[in-house]
Amino acid sequence: MKAPPLAYVRARSLAEVFALLETHGDNAKVLAGGQSLIAALNMRLSAPELLIDISRLTDISGIHVRNGSVSIGALTTHAEIERSPEVRKYLPLLAQAAPHIAHPAIRNVGTIGGSLALADPAAEWPACCVALDARLVIAGKSGTRRVAARDFFKGLYATALRTGEVLTHVEIKIPGPDYRSAFVELAQRRGDYAIAGLAAVAKRAGGALMDLRLAFLGVGQAPVLARGAMAAMEGKRVSTDTITAAAKALAKDLDPAPDLYSSAATKLLLARVLTGRALAVLGA
Amino acid sequence: MEQALDTTLIVNGTPVTRRIPARQHLIDFLREELGLTGSHVGCEQGVCGTCTVRVDGKIVRGCLMLAVQADGRRVDTIEGLSDSGELAALQESFHRRNALQCGYCTPGMLIAAQDFVANEPGASRKRIREHLSGNYCRCTGYQAIVDAIEDVLKK
Repeated sequence: MKAPPLAYVRARSLAEVFALLETHGDNAKVLAGGQSLIAALNMRLSAPELLIDISRLTDISGIHVRNGSVSIGALTTHAEIERSPEVRKYLPLLAQAAPHIAHPAIRNVGTIGGSLALADPAAEWPACCVALDARLVIAGKSGTRRVAARDFFKGLYATALRTGEVLTHVEIKIPGPDYRSAFVELAQRRGDYAIAGLAAVAKRAGGALMDLRLAFLGVGQAPVLARGAMAAMEGKRVSTDTITAAAKALAKDLDPAPDLYSSAATKLLLARVLTGRALAVLGA
Repeated sequence: MEQALDTTLIVNGTPVTRRIPARQHLIDFLREELGLTGSHVGCEQGVCGTCTVRVDGKIVRGCLMLAVQADGRRVDTIEGLSDSGELAALQESFHRRNALQCGYCTPGMLIAAQDFVANEPGASRKRIREHLSGNYCRCTGYQAIVDAIEDVLKK
């Protein structure tokens, strides 16, 4: 199908974006990489009167390391994150997750800000941001605020963004040198929507895992921090017994809804499989 | 607010200026305005890959980019990349290996494969399959396509 008739403005500044959003409200949509939005327009699942193209606002693009944190501009593409030496060095979880995002031609255009603002429950970046305790920088006409990733995702395609606001950056504190990460995902084919996925981060102390964070995607309306499994594994060595205990605890952490292909029971089973795989990587 | 915009693109090396409706995606513009029908329209939701073209040297989904978004950018299609000879080795290999039947996916397949050949020489069959997982072929079963790309990678 074809997109409905619409107006288009290529924004030259965030101030212009805020002014347009104030005038047009929910009749306007912000266009970043467009890799979900334009598909939605083509399918007529979305029919805004105005597209505000922010893709050439270079000051909210790029990866910068400063004061023990990595700041990623909202317009940074998945491919830029995948190839970034800074990301590989300081936030390897993101480099591990990026190849699972759709296909190379989509990763060249799609942006991290767009993915986070859309909040697709099967998307990789929301779970990574929750696992890494990222802060999302949100700008609006009246100023800038920061929201922890775990508070940003409110439900199915629902976020803490208010009308008139734009997500501009992701800030992630660089984990210490003892931290390990793993990203594992199951999909029908490489690049398809995840049936289930897991972003995992932990500190290795002796042979044990500390400060473990397990953030699932594809098994809830938003990323799910598996607190029961995290507690079951905290301070313990990775072994068949501890993996089994963590996997068992997932029954209370997750309440997956079935999709077209997988029942709730299948999703829970696959989440357990992923937990075993991720913990094996963290413990290795 | 404008529903059509004066837009200039460099298509296969030639500057082209048109007034383009904002709603028109890049592939419809290339096919219907410029007659470059080598790029195909498939799913129009970014899944099938038959609309793969290059924008500023990077492969993109032509159905997931509005033509007006490509203002000032360089767009290369299967026509331009065939004429330049850049795809010649892959095209010859696809021919020799019978890596196409109906040909609908082939332009997108070739452009996606060339991106891979250029960036990952010596890649395994598994990596070829991963890279091409976003380009659907409903005829060949992929085996011959992977064979053809592997032949070029081994040269």
